[in-house]
Amino acid sequence: MTADQSEGIRMVSAPLSVKPPDTAQSSGATPAPVKIAARNLNFYYGKFHAVKNVNVEIRQNVVTAFIGPSGCGKSTLLRIFNRMYDLYPRQRAEGEVILDGQNILTVKSIRQLRSKVGMVFQKPTPFPMSIHENIAFGIRLYEKLPRSEMDDRVRHALTKAGLWDEVKNKLNQSGLGLSGGQQQRLCIARALAVNPEVLLLDEPCSALDPLSTSKIEELLFELKEACTIVIVTHNMQQAARASDNTAFMLEGTLIEYSETSKLFTTPSDPRTEAYITGRFG
Amino acid sequence: MNGSDVVVGIDTGPASEEPRAAAKPLRLSGDSVFHGAAMFAAFVAATTLFGTVIAIAYDSRLSIHAFGIWGFLKSSEWNPVTQTFGAFPFIIGTLVSSTIAMVLGVPVSFGIAVFIVEIAPEWIKKPVAGAIELLAAIPSIVYGLWGLVVFAPVFAQIEPWISHSFGAIPGIGALFQGPPMGIGMLTAGIVLAIMVLPYISSIMRDVFLVVPASLRESAYALGATTWEVAWDVVLPYTRSAVIGGIFLGLGRALGETMAVTFVIGNSNVLSSSLLMPGATIPSVLANEFTEATTKLYVSSLIYLGLILIAVTLAVRFLAVLLIRHLGRREGAAA
Amino acid sequence: MRGVLARRRAVDVVSKILMATATVIGVFFLCWIIWATLKYGIPGMHWDLFTKDTPPPGTDQFGLRNAFVGSLLLLGLSMAIGVPIGLMAGTWLAEYGFRSRTAETVRFLNDIMLSAPSIEIGLFAYAAVVAPMGHFSGLAGSVALAILMIPIIVRTTDEMLSLVGGDVREAAIALGAPAWVVITKVTWKAARAGILTGVLIGLARITGETAPLLFTALNNQYFSANMFRPIANIPVVIFQFALSPYTNWQQMAWAAAFITVLFVLVLSLVARWFLGKVQVAK
Repeated sequence: MTADQSEGIRMVSAPLSVKPPDTAQSSGATPAPVKIAARNLNFYYGKFHAVKNVNVEIRQNVVTAFIGPSGCGKSTLLRIFNRMYDLYPRQRAEGEVILDGQNILTVKSIRQLRSKVGMVFQKPTPFPMSIHENIAFGIRLYEKLPRSEMDDRVRHALTKAGLWDEVKNKLNQSGLGLSGGQQQRLCIARALAVNPEVLLLDEPCSALDPLSTSKIEELLFELKEACTIVIVTHNMQQAARASDNTAFMLEGTLIEYSETSKLFTTPSDPRTEAYITGRFG
Repeated sequence: MNGSDVVVGIDTGPASEEPRAAAKPLRLSGDSVFHGAAMFAAFVAATTLFGTVIAIAYDSRLSIHAFGIWGFLKSSEWNPVTQTFGAFPFIIGTLVSSTIAMVLGVPVSFGIAVFIVEIAPEWIKKPVAGAIELLAAIPSIVYGLWGLVVFAPVFAQIEPWISHSFGAIPGIGALFQGPPMGIGMLTAGIVLAIMVLPYISSIMRDVFLVVPASLRESAYALGATTWEVAWDVVLPYTRSAVIGGIFLGLGRALGETMAVTFVIGNSNVLSSSLLMPGATIPSVLANEFTEATTKLYVSSLIYLGLILIAVTLAVRFLAVLLIRHLGRREGAAA
Repeated sequence: MRGVLARRRAVDVVSKILMATATVIGVFFLCWIIWATLKYGIPGMHWDLFTKDTPPPGTDQFGLRNAFVGSLLLLGLSMAIGVPIGLMAGTWLAEYGFRSRTAETVRFLNDIMLSAPSIEIGLFAYAAVVAPMGHFSGLAGSVALAILMIPIIVRTTDEMLSLVGGDVREAAIALGAPAWVVITKVTWKAARAGILTGVLIGLARITGETAPLLFTALNNQYFSANMFRPIANIPVVIFQFALSPYTNWQQMAWAAAFITVLFVLVLSLVARWFLGKVQVAK
């Protein structure tokens, strides 16, 4: 990582610009529309101010990665996007997060939100049911389907998650019997089964071996065509490999947000540079 | 589908925050129905205690009115013919049989618990613990049947020896006089002791295991013997829960019905000897309830039940309090 | 100095012998009771016990069919009343109440009820069901047995549900599942072995309970499946027959005792096996 030495050490005190990076897949294409726009977003665990005045625009159909040291607020930010913090009364969010014209923070139908915004967690969490039922569970929350159609949807979801071939003969076996990497892909399939527009992944590979990790990273590449993907990772190499845009957070503040290649080769902020060169975190 | 805002149980640990309750209580969503049903069930579970006391007190009122409180408690006359009823012999019988059970049962329970936790080699621990727990699984009526048909005749052989050796001791000798019938107050106490063994010893065992290994190990490292560790280190540390366990056993003994009914001999007359038959509140209830002809008779029997409840409730309340106290201290459930 | 050490060692040895003796005493009585149950119970086992009803006094016949049927009905109705209440109350504690003051109070009261003498519950069922109805009934008996069963199920359900990790719940919620779906379709499923164990233990507890039935279901010499009237049942039949002077009645009492003990032991073993599975899964 080469740093631009001429910049010297500069104190950046103002909140960073929200200008979304231009992330067309091919050069010269128009920048992707904004899917999620967070404005003046603040988050508190009780009195602790965990997310400070974040402004960020997540682009549609790209993979956006959030990186930063432990405790920087990246997972917290992610969990705002599907209102997971609702479960805990001492956690609250202020500001705006606009998704398709609606403010996530004040939307009335949280369940509808969660059908649009899916989440995959750090630890694989298959339900104590068969593989088929794991997938069908989410679908049944929203649709009443005849058996054959349900089977199709299950197969479709498992295929999208790259798991179909490995489990097609054991759909009735418990999801808990799969390996760690397979379980995580099952969770991804489960989240995909309800056709979300946004998929949030919270350090999805941190509990997995390298082979499973690379399988999932390949998956993201395919999935982003239909879906907007936001991934939180503490693994910088993963962010560099798998994402189109990267945001760097530190102590609750969004420090830098740009195209992945640019952030990792010529970061604008010295703190970003310090982090990616391993000086801390 | 509109989402409800009812949140569901995610307990993040000891310092957990509690999720909010339903935000829209008026709409009959699946969540509010379920929450309501759960609350109702918890309410039922919590209030059965009070319901029991209230219902029984209510049905005793006829007898309370007729005999008062103090009068009923100290009267020894239980006569269905003349319709005069007094609780004294039964109260004494209940207390005496339970005391015998405790005197015999607590040391043996302690011995069993210490043996399993501190002394037994690994391969014996589980089978023995399992065997003792099996004692609790045996229904009390089987204890009664065994006590009457199998144990009492054998005990009748031992009783002459008891009245011969203990009967001669001045002062308490009178407690051990009487013909060797095999059944009686002492027999009931012994059977009760066997019945409470699994309860008291398993609580003791559970709390002994909660003692931090470091505490035990440092005592052994100083050269303490097994006995000294058990008596001077483990027991004082677990003292309140052990007492709680004893109270729990006491509550069990006080309320035990079928086993006692079979072997106590069912005499409503107070006798000074443990070898003579007697009666306890539960045994007289079992024997006479279905034959109680008048309203006053039934009410008096229920009055007896009320007294029993009052006593066992106090004992059980203390037991749970003491056991939970240690649990809270250790952060582990006893 | 050496004297003190020797004395301490002697005390230790003596105490070890006493502790072992105490254990032997406990195991001895267990074996004695089981041996007696086998010795007197097995000879009384006839096919007639299951095909014929209880004979009137003074005959030579065997039969316990009405008592078995009655007991099964009583146990069935008790479970129908007790399991839903216990399950939902335990669910409330684990999923809604947590460690709040209210929840801890409910747990405290429940613990007190765990050790309630069954005769008290029987009296309550008399006061609450028999007296208002005007006559004894199997329904009252089931109410009493259900009350005895509920604290056990509440406690086990509460503990087992609390063991289910938050991750699986969050995953279900993230899919948009409403609270009651998460609890019933995911959390209950995850804890089902433990919850089932609680039900089995509760069932073992009420099998063989006699005292509460004495004031509620009473007994019935004839075959009946009517829960609104007195109904025959094994424990009360044992009580009646054992204290009678008739040999066939006494034999039947022992046979019934044997079957009851067998049933309870099997239930306890199955429950313990399930509990073992739960521990492994942890």
